[in-house]
Amino acid sequence: MNGSTAVADNYLSHGRGFRSWFFTLDHKRIGVMYLASIFFFLILGGFFAMLIRTELLTPGRTIMDADTYNQVFTLHGAVMIFLFIIPGIPAAFGNFVLPVMLGAKDVAFPRLNLLSYHLYVVGAIFSVVSILLGAVDTGWTFYTPYSTTTHTSVVSMTLGAFILGFSSIFTGINFIVTIHRMRPPGMSWNRLPLFLWALYSTAIIQILATPVLGITLLLLIVERLLGIGIFDPALGGDPVLYQHFFWFYSHPAVYIMILPAMGVMSELISVFSRKHIFGYKAIAYSSVAIAVLSFLVWGHHMFTSGQSDLGNMIFSALTFSVAIPSAIKVFNWLATMYKGSIRLDTPMLYALSFLLLFGIGGLTGLFLGALATDVHLHDTYFVVAHFHYTMMGGVLIAFLGAMHYWWPKMFGRMYSEKAGRLAAFLVFVGFNLTFFSQFVMGSQGMPRRYYNYVDRFQSYHVLSTIGAYVLAIAFVVLAGNLIHSLFRGRKAPANPWGSATLEWMCASPPPHDNFAEPPEAGDPYDLEHLVYDESIGGYAPRTAREGA
Amino acid sequence: MRRLENGAAHEIPHHFATPRQAYESGKLGMWIFLATEVLLFGGLFAAYAVYRGNHPEIFIYAHRFLDSRLGALNTLILITSSLTMAWAVRSAQLGNRRLLTLLLALTLLGGCAFLGVKVVEYEHKWKHGLLWGKRYRPHPAETAQEHPSAAEVLREAPLGDRTNIPPAAIGPSGLAFSADETRAGHADAEEPRNVQLFFGVYFAMTGLHGLHVVAGLLVIGWVFVRLRGGAYGPSNFEAVDRAGLYWHLVDLIWIFLFPLLYLIH
Repeated sequence: MNGSTAVADNYLSHGRGFRSWFFTLDHKRIGVMYLASIFFFLILGGFFAMLIRTELLTPGRTIMDADTYNQVFTLHGAVMIFLFIIPGIPAAFGNFVLPVMLGAKDVAFPRLNLLSYHLYVVGAIFSVVSILLGAVDTGWTFYTPYSTTTHTSVVSMTLGAFILGFSSIFTGINFIVTIHRMRPPGMSWNRLPLFLWALYSTAIIQILATPVLGITLLLLIVERLLGIGIFDPALGGDPVLYQHFFWFYSHPAVYIMILPAMGVMSELISVFSRKHIFGYKAIAYSSVAIAVLSFLVWGHHMFTSGQSDLGNMIFSALTFSVAIPSAIKVFNWLATMYKGSIRLDTPMLYALSFLLLFGIGGLTGLFLGALATDVHLHDTYFVVAHFHYTMMGGVLIAFLGAMHYWWPKMFGRMYSEKAGRLAAFLVFVGFNLTFFSQFVMGSQGMPRRYYNYVDRFQSYHVLSTIGAYVLAIAFVVLAGNLIHSLFRGRKAPANPWGSATLEWMCASPPPHDNFAEPPEAGDPYDLEHLVYDESIGGYAPRTAREGA
Repeated sequence: MRRLENGAAHEIPHHFATPRQAYESGKLGMWIFLATEVLLFGGLFAAYAVYRGNHPEIFIYAHRFLDSRLGALNTLILITSSLTMAWAVRSAQLGNRRLLTLLLALTLLGGCAFLGVKVVEYEHKWKHGLLWGKRYRPHPAETAQEHPSAAEVLREAPLGDRTNIPPAAIGPSGLAFSADETRAGHADAEEPRNVQLFFGVYFAMTGLHGLHVVAGLLVIGWVFVRLRGGAYGPSNFEAVDRAGLYWHLVDLIWIFLFPLLYLIH
């Protein structure tokens, strides 16, 4: 179509050298840098996961001693949470896609956006330095009083998380302002792509919850450095108050993770079912509902911490209520697929995995939200399996789906569909092998975070470890496929999947300024008017094809 | 960069279509940022509420060591500086450069005066060992002399009876004293237990607020330095406006801190 002009100037070829990337104000380059950094930490966190699973192959010592094991599972959690999954979809794909979806040239505050990336790098450095200074062994939650007495480098790690919080806040401010002020002509709130509704809801949580984590970690740092005593029972402080503060952020934070994933799902399900999204408003408003409810459920992490019974009951009821907007989304996705013409391309395979895995993760959350069963399941592998089904089966799977969906747009290359599907299949199998066995052993009483265990749990642990190795192989296939595509992949057309959102209207990869003139936005899910064109290997509007 | 139609020296970033869009985006962004600041302090206000709710006796006793006259003076100073700041924004809008310079200087002066008074207060606490957590080492004789009102509180009512945490036999264990401990420990007690909690909260809140005053001064100082280049005018007063919003927030937080910490009954 316009292949030659696209090659002449796109955002990738616009300026060369380290500085043109590291100090760029272009949201697309910032998105790509985020993607690379985040993927690096995904691999690092995955490496720690492999160490954990290998250690747990046998009871007692397998490859490391107990103290090292404590450090490794803490690092796995902290790296995955703060460096991969929280920034994950919003910072990498949100940054790249949001302005283009709006037909805008950039986010509202490009400098703030760059600052957010630089803060991410600084925060990451603090976290990595803490590994060298004596890795933290508190678990990623840094619970007091242990976190104020351990000799590991809690200050460096929490300072890292504090700085990463600022990075997250700045991304949130940018997204809210951009969505409010920079929508193109014709894009009313009810024509906003659902991915943007999800990012908007995410941003609300980012700006309202993250500061509370900030003050919590600051108090923890001051506690360690100066002994301010606010969380120290010996000085009259209350360690459970730390848990309240921590979860006031960290429970909403799991929705910072899952909401963008749900936004990705809405795009994928509609596009690959070749059908208009079902229940647009229900999906959009349920994102906002989740954002609001997310602030009211933190107490369910403290059912066994000596919270009052009344408090427990209220938090339990509110926890159940989050299931409603989540289920609204799932049923609307299913209704979208109903009688659609479903194409099983790689992104759709991830979307289908998400539906199943997030379904299991969400429903097992209800077991844990119920007071009586929670007492039994609390701090067992059941909890570990539950949040891996939501966070990995949900967010990571959607992240991979998003990566395969937008990859042609970001880099202008198509990957091998065959290898992509193989990787998706391996991820699905490996994941279930790893974590379903954990549901079983958890319900039988295997506690989380333990270094040693009784022999009867060993078969589950072995299954789980084999699953983890399958996942590792899957990631090798996946990364190999994507990297291979950069060099050998077929050139991507502007619209390979037949999506109707605006980012597919500009070339792949997009030019430096995205759009010369703001495009007219229509219904983002009106897929009918797009038809496949053999000559360009992608989709084009029906009228243009008939004209040609 | 695109210039305004009227040829003003002021440029808007290329990704905005109109100056109005640029102005409103900046304003919205600033307000959202202020919301995050409120929540940052929100954590400390929550800690204050929890500890004061559970241990009113500590707060009633310990707040007497704060000098409410100095606190009131600081409140006055900050409110005045907010006035000069708001006036500065107005004079930037009207293009009155001389008045703008004067008012910004006054605002800076107010912020510095606030910090000066704060230093006097902190020094006093430091001298008497009235510090946070594990650094709390009061000198009872001296402080009793200097703060007769605190001793009065002790005489008026036995403090142990006032804690809202029920004795361990009734309520959950943990922070609570056992019934015996309460009676024995406080019959002739000199002060309630865990007074350091109050000073922990006091230093955390005023310290974080002080850092925000410093940040505010840096921002206003930056605006002030750019004055010489003639950076502001009726069509370009955003920077003054944003700095003003931030300063008002810093002021507002102090307006809550002052009664909560100094004026307890």
